[in-house]
Amino acid sequence: MKRIIRNHKVRQFHQAKWDEPVIFELHQTGERGVIPPGTEDAVAAEVGSMESLIPASMQRSTAPALPEIGQAKVLRHYLRLSQETLGSDMNVEIGQGTCTMKYIPRINEMLIRNPRMTELHPLQDIDSVQGMLEVFHNLDLAMREISGMDAFSFQPSSGTQALLAMASIVRAYHDSRGEGARRDEIITTIFSHPSQAATAAVKGYKIITLHPDEDGFPDLEKLKNAVSERTAGFVVANPEDTGIYNHRIREFTDVVHAAGGVCYYDQANANGLLGITRAKEAGFDMCFFNLHKTFAAPHMCGGPATGALGVTEELKPFLPGPLVDLDADGRYVLTEQGEGSIGKVRSFHGVAQTVLRSYAWIMSLGAEGLKDVAQVAVLNNNYLYHKILQIRGASAPYIKGRRLEQVRYSWKQLTDETGVTTEDITRRMCDFGLHYWTSHHPYIVPQPFTLEPTESYSKEDLDEYIQALEHISHEAYTYPEIVKSAPHSSTVHRNDESSLDDPQQWCITWRAYLKKTQPELQEQK
Amino acid sequence: MADNRTYAHPYIPNTVPEVRDAMLKEIGLTSMDQLHDAIPDSLKLNREMNLPPAMNEYELRRHIDGLLAKNKHGADYLNFLGAGCWQHFIPAVCDEINQRSEFVTAYAGEPYEDHGRFQALFEYQSLLAELVDMDVVNVPTFDWAQAASTAIRMAGRMTGRKTALLPRSVDPDKVAIIRNYCTPVMDIQYIEIDPATGRMDLQDLRGKLNDDVAAVYFENPGYLGIIEDQGAEISALVHGVNGVSIVGVDPISLGVLDPPGRYGADIICGDLQPLGMHMNYGGGQAGFIATRDEEKYVMEYPSRLFGIVPTEVEGEYGFGDVAYERTSFALREKGKESVGTQTALWGITAGVYLSLLGPAGMQEVGSTIIQKSHYAAKRLSDIPGVSLRFEGAFFKEFVVDFNNTGLTVAEINGRLMEQGIFGGKNLSAAYPAWGECALYCVTEIHTQSDLDRLAAALRSIVANHPDRS
Repeated sequence: MKRIIRNHKVRQFHQAKWDEPVIFELHQTGERGVIPPGTEDAVAAEVGSMESLIPASMQRSTAPALPEIGQAKVLRHYLRLSQETLGSDMNVEIGQGTCTMKYIPRINEMLIRNPRMTELHPLQDIDSVQGMLEVFHNLDLAMREISGMDAFSFQPSSGTQALLAMASIVRAYHDSRGEGARRDEIITTIFSHPSQAATAAVKGYKIITLHPDEDGFPDLEKLKNAVSERTAGFVVANPEDTGIYNHRIREFTDVVHAAGGVCYYDQANANGLLGITRAKEAGFDMCFFNLHKTFAAPHMCGGPATGALGVTEELKPFLPGPLVDLDADGRYVLTEQGEGSIGKVRSFHGVAQTVLRSYAWIMSLGAEGLKDVAQVAVLNNNYLYHKILQIRGASAPYIKGRRLEQVRYSWKQLTDETGVTTEDITRRMCDFGLHYWTSHHPYIVPQPFTLEPTESYSKEDLDEYIQALEHISHEAYTYPEIVKSAPHSSTVHRNDESSLDDPQQWCITWRAYLKKTQPELQEQK
Repeated sequence: MADNRTYAHPYIPNTVPEVRDAMLKEIGLTSMDQLHDAIPDSLKLNREMNLPPAMNEYELRRHIDGLLAKNKHGADYLNFLGAGCWQHFIPAVCDEINQRSEFVTAYAGEPYEDHGRFQALFEYQSLLAELVDMDVVNVPTFDWAQAASTAIRMAGRMTGRKTALLPRSVDPDKVAIIRNYCTPVMDIQYIEIDPATGRMDLQDLRGKLNDDVAAVYFENPGYLGIIEDQGAEISALVHGVNGVSIVGVDPISLGVLDPPGRYGADIICGDLQPLGMHMNYGGGQAGFIATRDEEKYVMEYPSRLFGIVPTEVEGEYGFGDVAYERTSFALREKGKESVGTQTALWGITAGVYLSLLGPAGMQEVGSTIIQKSHYAAKRLSDIPGVSLRFEGAFFKEFVVDFNNTGLTVAEINGRLMEQGIFGGKNLSAAYPAWGECALYCVTEIHTQSDLDRLAAALRSIVANHPDRS
């Protein structure tokens, strides 16, 4: 046979396209997906019918209009939808900057499926969950060493919930000192995650947002002007979403402390810092890590997850409870928090599976491996950065020189010269089996994109991603229409989004879609 | 990086020395340490972290399996704990779907590369909408407590008022979460409950309703298992002061219990965990919020709301974010509360569960639960000294009063554990006025013989106690 020539520079990809109906369209009256456990005849004879046990006014009169579908058809439908989803397992997912999409070790996914994990009730007697509590305690110890903080809670179940918990602790701390009413401002930066500002606002704070200096650093002079006797707290990521590390961070925390504020650290961008530098030495009073980012728990389509929240000894009384402790007899116990605590932010103890996964991940790396993670994440990023800057139309605003684990880039030149926007490129990257993200809003960097290669990808993986971007840049300068009209090899084509902001037209459920688009069906009913 | 490493770490391909060196050279560096030059020495750790040594995959497996072996679990113990996390039957297809690599590792993809994720979550919204009989359901939030907290804050914004009322029968832990989330913007106050029935004291409610009440929140079934059958009256009373009626529900009851919209609820919330999620030591929780399809409600959701749209090709379903500009993703502190990673995979799983159960399955599972819980309650209250704390209807949980046994709940639960049974949640600390009471949970997973075994164990524990009055 002839030799098969494989010399294309970008992957010849097509996403799965099953043309799958919405699940209600699979309905066939009488089909069953599963039969739940039933009531024994003797039980029914003794207690009577369901109807006899529910007050007449509370009985459901018409069955929910759920579809009736045989089991194989349900399975097939959802398997097809899964195939139409590009999980990070399937692609070189360096395009979701700020989110640290790293390899999810399969052993950890196996470990969490142990029934001695999945079938635990959170209120079981502590003597029956010593293994689980030991995992919580061991992860707490590791997190303390990684951050320099003195105690961790794993109750917050995302970065956003950890930020909410930290803003709550700021309020409880100032209330405990009688300064709660006066200290009503929280300072953040524009290159930080929107949830920093949003969660502080949920807790009733006025938000002061600092913009960067011309090199992209948070502006120390602006901070000095912003702090006052009204300052409750300062929340920042470092590096910020630009990948620029603020080397003067200790001066920032000193300024805020001098004004009486609490400094809390969003460590969503910690992947380049493990074993290198810590929250404590930078002067922070609190920090959190996303276990589903830096510590290799999966993102699960958007949770469940964990925002591991660490505090100094001084703020420990304010943590949500209970906390896991080891008593003098070597027994793991749950210690309730006192009156000063913010109470709780999530039911029970948080997402225990994520705690187990991240503990397993740390145990598979050790101190040396964690430092390897940080160094290789920064190496990969700077390699990528070096190559991206060679692509026509791409740039990286602000300070020249090295970045840590990610970079926020700009296609401004490409857009000015070709009319192709960063959103167009988002859709075109799908055609090569790759994910690409722009930035949070507002777009301070024009036509932004944010890449974070983590430690998980090989040089060849990075080169594939770079080549795809080069290819699209070339298309933009030679045949921009193919980029603007993308995607071409995806499950579906461009959405008509005109209905999404119109209350008369938006359809958030199938029943709303039927009512709004086929009112005649409703009339027949 | 250690120079003496003899092999690359399996999770870090570029620890291969030749590759590492080539990449360093490409960016003009000669050592790995230079990568962190931006960090001042004064902030560097400059020592190795004190952590246990790394394990290989097999060692790790032995280590973790060894730790987990110390746990006793609800599959080999007979479990009657509920109180916000419940042991239910989980169809195998639910696990198969939520263990799919694509769903486990997806995150923030676009509607094109992640069409399946968008469709699965839109379907979840649509299926739950049928169960709760509302036209709008969100992409799920953290848990029931968060859903209730957000429902209350939504009502606060809609009405411009600062007070929310809820009955004293709501789980104290849930109230702690609600209070923290609402402080200092809203004030949470209790309505008393009828000591005999556990239902809301409407007299007390009437006295507390005024022009500053944004919402009344109540549950069906409540934390103590009780069916609140005064819903229509409660909703009418709160509507009478132009407030919002919020009802929290256990969705697995809605095959047999009336959906709250039929008794006046404006916002419905609850926990998805009963719909296909393992207990996972509390890691299976996921909160939902549902409302009518009215702009004034939809625009107050902080959550993502996925909508169905046409694409430029006829015949294709597309999906996208509805009213994205309301969210904190778009507006930072000016958005509605905050949004981020929550519990999307549990939403997809709940959708699979409802697809499998269908209308008949939901009705059957609700019937089975209520019959079995009543059977257990009857068996237990036949035991001398043991009674039910409340009269009236309940769903899957009920409060058992042990005050006349001469034993504490802690003592009883300790003896039950010796017999391989997790007794009900001890309520004596949370509700000291009731003395020694426990909250028992019975679901479709319990067989008649399981329930008889519980009753026999309790009977023997109580009978053998010399001090029984």
